Amino acid sequence: MLKLSRYVLYDILRSKVIIAYTLFLFIVSLSLFQLEENDSKAILSLLNIVLIVVPLIGMIFTTIHYYNSYEFIELMLSQPLSRTRILLSEYGGVALSLLSAFFIGVGIPVLVFAFDETGLALLFTGAALTLVFTSIAFLASVKARDKARGIGAALLLWFYFALIFDGLLLLILFAFSDYPMEKLTLVLSALNPIDLGRIFIMLKMDISALMGYTGALYKDFFGSATGILYTGGIMLLWIILPLWRALKIFQRKDL
Amino acid sequence: MIRIENLSKRFKKLQALDDINALFSTGQVVSLIGPNGSGKTTLIKSILGMVKADSGTIYVNGKKINGDPSYRGQIGYMPQIGRYPDNMKVGQLFRMLKNIRKMTDAELDTDLLVKFNLASIFDKPMRTLSGGTRQKVSAALAFYFNPDILILDEPTAGLDPLSSEILKEKIMQEKRKDKLILITSHILSDLDELTTHVMYLQEGKMIFLKDIETLRHETGQEKLGKAIAYVMKGGKKEALWIDEVLAVKTTGQPD
Repeated sequence: MLKLSRYVLYDILRSKVIIAYTLFLFIVSLSLFQLEENDSKAILSLLNIVLIVVPLIGMIFTTIHYYNSYEFIELMLSQPLSRTRILLSEYGGVALSLLSAFFIGVGIPVLVFAFDETGLALLFTGAALTLVFTSIAFLASVKARDKARGIGAALLLWFYFALIFDGLLLLILFAFSDYPMEKLTLVLSALNPIDLGRIFIMLKMDISALMGYTGALYKDFFGSATGILYTGGIMLLWIILPLWRALKIFQRKDL
Repeated sequence: MIRIENLSKRFKKLQALDDINALFSTGQVVSLIGPNGSGKTTLIKSILGMVKADSGTIYVNGKKINGDPSYRGQIGYMPQIGRYPDNMKVGQLFRMLKNIRKMTDAELDTDLLVKFNLASIFDKPMRTLSGGTRQKVSAALAFYFNPDILILDEPTAGLDPLSSEILKEKIMQEKRKDKLILITSHILSDLDELTTHVMYLQEGKMIFLKDIETLRHETGQEKLGKAIAYVMKGGKKEALWIDEVLAVKTTGQPD
């Protein structure tokens, strides 16, 4: 498995896109920490970057990479290698390169300037989101027949998770504002890894005090060990389920 | 060596393979012949597991090809259009596949590599190669691991006359080593001197599979091209033909 991933990694490094992505993250993080006097304010700005940019780049990069390495996959299929192993190696290579980009670009500045619970939560969320959206992008590209459809589907999914879902959630909250919604929103947030990550980090910050009763309830939940396990578990499900589905589809695909 | 039972495959409206039954054994050079779109490549890709059949089974060396990919270690495949990772250099490609198949240098067959003088282009990226050179790389790769079964899809298309002769000579050599060789080609004169058996496909159906002597005898034509033309024109198809297909079907003997 690692042997194949090595070739995938090598191919990715040659394209230099990943290096540009690393540099971009690094410069943004560094300048945010330099501009803001308060480090937790910088973390808040960085949070928004992480929640929007990381999933977007992850999805687009993965989809394009998948279609570009179609020849490689085809070649490997005529060798004594199982399809599961081929796709998992591809996933491993892509995920590893995106993760390293994130850890170098965001991880190093955070560890230098804001090495605390909030900073670590941000790194955890960013890493989890990278894996989740790589996984979702693999599902989209395995399912789509051609490049245009694949990238289109990836973009639509990103729109859904980053923007549309929040709108829908607000709609529900307004419609049922007469009822106690705390527990329900907690469950609903599990349906969107970006939201889950946002809540998880926000509640580690001081600003959660401004969120009143709901904020207190959430802080109680997410602050506890159960909350961390819950977030980790849901994120893990978001990584495994799309990838597992992608593997199933890939098994049956004609190439 | 390869036994195919009731193999069918449908692509949307097109019936690519329709209830194919066949038995290929060692020492045979089987020519797959048929008009464009008759299912030759689909049949080959089914044997390689790249296309998943709707129904029917394929056995390679007595083992069903479902699941365990190790059987592909005994197959050398030369695709119709060789598609390789653009950024990979020719030398890397050979090294990578050697690495994957875990073979020592002594077991490798570098005959074609030497004769096509591919070592001189080892540091060229695959994307810069011409169609013919690519074809040479494909051919050298198919023979590289000294496989028991060779599957060559349009091997001489795009090769210059000299290289084409080298390749044919190589196929002859392998034939003497009692290997099973499957070839598709539209250049029947190329097949004339190589082939021992002919499998004729039309619209996904196997019209016949018989040895060349019988075919010559029954059509009264010496040249394969003329014999096939005779069949295509609808000469007496049923008459005296010893139908190996039926023999396989009724006895169902393993290879």
